[in-house]
Amino acid sequence: MTTEFSQDFFQLFGLSRRFALDSQQLEQSWRAAAAAVHPDRYASSPDAEKRMALMQATHVNEAYQTLKSPLRRGRYLLSLQGVDTQEETNTSMPLDFLMAQMEWRESIEEARDSSDVDALEALSSRLRSDKRALEAELGNALDSTADLDAAAVMVRKLRFLEKLDQEIGDAIETLLG
Amino acid sequence: MAYSDKLMDHYENPRNVGSFEKGDDSVGTGMVGAPACGDVMKLQIKVNADGVIEDAKFKTYGCGSAIASSSLVTEWVKGKSLDEAMAIKNTAIAEELALPPVKIHCSILAEDAIKAAVSDYKQKHGK
Repeated sequence: MTTEFSQDFFQLFGLSRRFALDSQQLEQSWRAAAAAVHPDRYASSPDAEKRMALMQATHVNEAYQTLKSPLRRGRYLLSLQGVDTQEETNTSMPLDFLMAQMEWRESIEEARDSSDVDALEALSSRLRSDKRALEAELGNALDSTADLDAAAVMVRKLRFLEKLDQEIGDAIETLLG
Repeated sequence: MAYSDKLMDHYENPRNVGSFEKGDDSVGTGMVGAPACGDVMKLQIKVNADGVIEDAKFKTYGCGSAIASSSLVTEWVKGKSLDEAMAIKNTAIAEELALPPVKIHCSILAEDAIKAAVSDYKQKHGK
């Protein structure tokens, strides 16, 4: 198998270019593609071919990591359509979202300060369901309504949720450790 | 990473932490957030009858640089007119605190927070 660097990550795995994705199919296609370009297969090949295989293996893995994560997949789909999600520069988020972020942080802080692991676990499960809802919304904005500006805001929102997830995880780890 | 004394001072003894009472007409509130690091910043200004900012408060969830940046600007805006506050640049904040390059976005967040607070105040007062 040869990997075409000009193909986008969806084409690479024979998937249609949309947010909704069959994760089993992605998994299978990735395994097949990764096996085909695995450096071990090129152990006795000339150096140029070895280097090529290594580049392809890196490309295949990057494609897999990008498509596997809903956040990264959303960002990638937007970038294919020329939309920058402005995660580094855009600080103006919807007010109600930022207020909710403040409340999340307060709740996490409170639970951490009172060493309440149960409360943190509850926050974590609430966050997971918020995240799933937002991912569904993002899928809708990308696949159905093609509202790319709204989708970019959702990607930025997902970044905040990812950070909360990390904060909760760190807090639980500290308390249990 | 070595942080400056000024930054450490604002981080360890943040000035003007808190909120003004809700529903106060003389208060403008700015809320901003940085997706890349998840920092959230709320900055409020209290404006007197002469259009001068007489007090400011903030609440920030984020790293030390974000907290120090917001603490610093609450000090800076006091005694300034709205236009003067709008003119505060993130580069001045970054320079004052000697922020390392990876933390420049914290100063941008603080600049954007002041701008948002001034806009909110102006909007409330139909300006």
